[in-house]
Amino acid sequence: MSTDYIISKGIDIRLLGDADKTIVDLNAKRFAIKPTDFVGCFPKMLVKEGDEVKVGSPLFYDKYREEVKFTAPVSGRVTSLVRGAKRKLLEIIIESDGKGESVDFGKKSIDSLSREEIIGKMLESGVWPMVKQRPFSVIADPKAKPKSIFVNAFSSVPLAPDYDLLVEGRGEAFQAGIDILAKLTTGKVHLNISGKKTSSKVFLDAKNAQINSFSGPHPAGNTSVHISRLDPINKGETIWYTHVQEVVAIGKLFLNGKADFKRIYALTGSEVTNPKYYRSYLGACITNMTSGNIKGSNNRFISGNVLTGEKIYKDGFLGYYDYQATVIPEGDYHEFLGWILPGLNKFSASGTFLSKLFKNKKYRLDTNLHGGHRALVMTGKYEKVFPFDIYPMQLLKAIIVEDIELMENLGIYEIDAEDFALCEVIDTSKTEMQKILSEGLDLMRKEMS
Amino acid sequence: MKALRNFLDKQKPQFEKGGKLEKLHSMFDSFETLLFVPDKVTFAGAHIRDAIDMKRTMITVFVSLIPALLFGMWNVGYQHFLSLGQSPDFWTMFFYGFFKLLPIIIVTYGVGLGLEIVFAQIRNHEVNEGFFVSGLLIPMIVPADIPLWQVAIAVAFAVVFGKEVFGGTGMNIVNPALVARAFLFFAYPGNISGDKVWISDKADAFSGATPLGNALVGNFDNMPSVYDMFMGFIPGSVGETSTLMILIGAIILLITGIANWRVMVSVFVGGTVMGLLFNLWGANDYMNLPFYYHLIMGGFAFGAVFMATDPVTAAQTSKGMYYYGFLVGMIAVLIRVFNPAYPEGMMLAILLMNVFAPLIDHYVVESNIKKRLKRLKAVSN
Repeated sequence: MSTDYIISKGIDIRLLGDADKTIVDLNAKRFAIKPTDFVGCFPKMLVKEGDEVKVGSPLFYDKYREEVKFTAPVSGRVTSLVRGAKRKLLEIIIESDGKGESVDFGKKSIDSLSREEIIGKMLESGVWPMVKQRPFSVIADPKAKPKSIFVNAFSSVPLAPDYDLLVEGRGEAFQAGIDILAKLTTGKVHLNISGKKTSSKVFLDAKNAQINSFSGPHPAGNTSVHISRLDPINKGETIWYTHVQEVVAIGKLFLNGKADFKRIYALTGSEVTNPKYYRSYLGACITNMTSGNIKGSNNRFISGNVLTGEKIYKDGFLGYYDYQATVIPEGDYHEFLGWILPGLNKFSASGTFLSKLFKNKKYRLDTNLHGGHRALVMTGKYEKVFPFDIYPMQLLKAIIVEDIELMENLGIYEIDAEDFALCEVIDTSKTEMQKILSEGLDLMRKEMS
Repeated sequence: MKALRNFLDKQKPQFEKGGKLEKLHSMFDSFETLLFVPDKVTFAGAHIRDAIDMKRTMITVFVSLIPALLFGMWNVGYQHFLSLGQSPDFWTMFFYGFFKLLPIIIVTYGVGLGLEIVFAQIRNHEVNEGFFVSGLLIPMIVPADIPLWQVAIAVAFAVVFGKEVFGGTGMNIVNPALVARAFLFFAYPGNISGDKVWISDKADAFSGATPLGNALVGNFDNMPSVYDMFMGFIPGSVGETSTLMILIGAIILLITGIANWRVMVSVFVGGTVMGLLFNLWGANDYMNLPFYYHLIMGGFAFGAVFMATDPVTAAQTSKGMYYYGFLVGMIAVLIRVFNPAYPEGMMLAILLMNVFAPLIDHYVVESNIKKRLKRLKAVSN
């Protein structure tokens, strides 16, 4: 059996609104690809409004890496290109015709394919962006030679979807995906499962990969944690990583010769009347999940989880890498003497609120910041939720002053913005750490290229 | 509450940019946020946030100081009447101390917060709550009879030169409350050292020496009992005398996770180790004093629990905290025993280590960097 790595630092934030383990069809009409999901990508359009597309038809490519193409997840018509400030492309919206016609990329037995053929086919079909790389957490560089590939088979974020459910009945495609990934690296494919939650045979009996299990509170499910324990990354090295539904998509491409962007999404959060799973395609619009299924009217809709997700409109679209949508109440209210009250219903990692006495309590948390921005005063707290051999505050400060060498020395290659999410949550000074991290990673990436 | 909220919302525009009272924005803002937690919502990054903020943090420290403060008020009265040979009832003693302390507290907060608001306004910041705690610490580490004008000057010096010149709370090198005390100690030694000042309005015939004062001159026969020192029935600065009350505060700080146990514990360990070393050496009577005396005499416990643990001025890496705390404890005892000019070494030990804390952190972080470079080297070979 696999080795179990125990992560002791971290914290599980228990929220109300876990998804029921039932999957229903979403019947979404509109889908979108959001170029903003791809860090460092500059989209060059290949379609215009009104064009008909098939599943796998190219929509745009990356100006800086022309071979990386992004394709349509469904067949239908491109209805609009949504642009924001400075004409930045935000969304390419496709209205599905429901026929699911696909571009044929040809079928060949997996064993007979070379590494180049595999990468070429993945690039052509638009499946390639599903594989990301460390450092910098950007789409993998097809020319790079990763020392290993990490597949994340569980998530530890608040209200995380159950990955076992996501691959139910898709075992064959998953294994095919793993086989393909194994051909892309000279090192190992690491399949990382949860020591507590994972029970699916699809993962436990997977071949061609080393299975490792991780236990403990969030961020035990973060890829950086897995990498740090299994194959620490050094300057100049590359590791590729991906998640399970992406592996299924890769497997399907090579089994059927057609790109398949099916996705199962969890709708979670305290403001959802009936939180459950939905079967749809990549980039689905959440309207059909949320209409008539939401309590109250002043809510925040998030593509992804409450720690790292992106705020979207109530008729917005799910992000490229997200498996869940979360709905929580907005917190735009003044609370009278809120900082002095006992706080039975307040979440805090510190022991300063009475809620600490109820360990298993589940919270309905809103988006209130709970205080104003301050200097970094409460030092030594972040380490409790940061299971890396890295000094988080020192790294943050190095990023703020843009000291490239210090950032490198303090281990910026080993982490991603999401690893700072918990530090950000528990931070007394309300500093936007993930934003600082993203900027730091951006800066490093530009320095390196 | 609605009415109050509406009132504030109505006044607010006057204090915003371009308003009539724009110059008082920081004051209005601090008052408003004191009454109401702001309605700001998360914008970038995590969508939910911990309910803790700087106000909650500081009020927790404030609460942890209350037992020692209340006891200190009573003890001021107790010592005063003891020196006069009287023993009135509990409340008389308490209120004697209460009315001694109240003016000091008011002056400290008045001067300190006033300056904080001015600086916040100049810098266009929100008022930082750091002085919330400093303002209570300062009255607790001075004698009850300290002249108020001296307090005012010391507080102003501490806030401006101890903190604001470095950029405000979070940027300061040394603990502002201790800067205030050090200022008093060196500028007006007559009112904060010697045998005369530790008991309020002392009868002249009565010896007012603190245990540390006695120990320094070799007057070991007049040392109070261990019980008295632990409970705090001794003369001294207002808040420092009762080890018991300070430990209650320590428990509050540790349970709530506000103060770091690493610092606190290692200060006590450092003091103990130094005390034991002196016991082994045993060259004079002071060295032979049982080591635990050092932990309950003077300001050792108070400094360990409330001063050394200041997250801004202490070492900030977990490993560094051990070295920092240990050295604070050691140096405090070292100064007590070796330096005839300073009966109490805690203040100087903490200030000294405050200055060295960044150096300690530097070496801790440096070793982390070296480890990383070594790993890289191992790979590239």
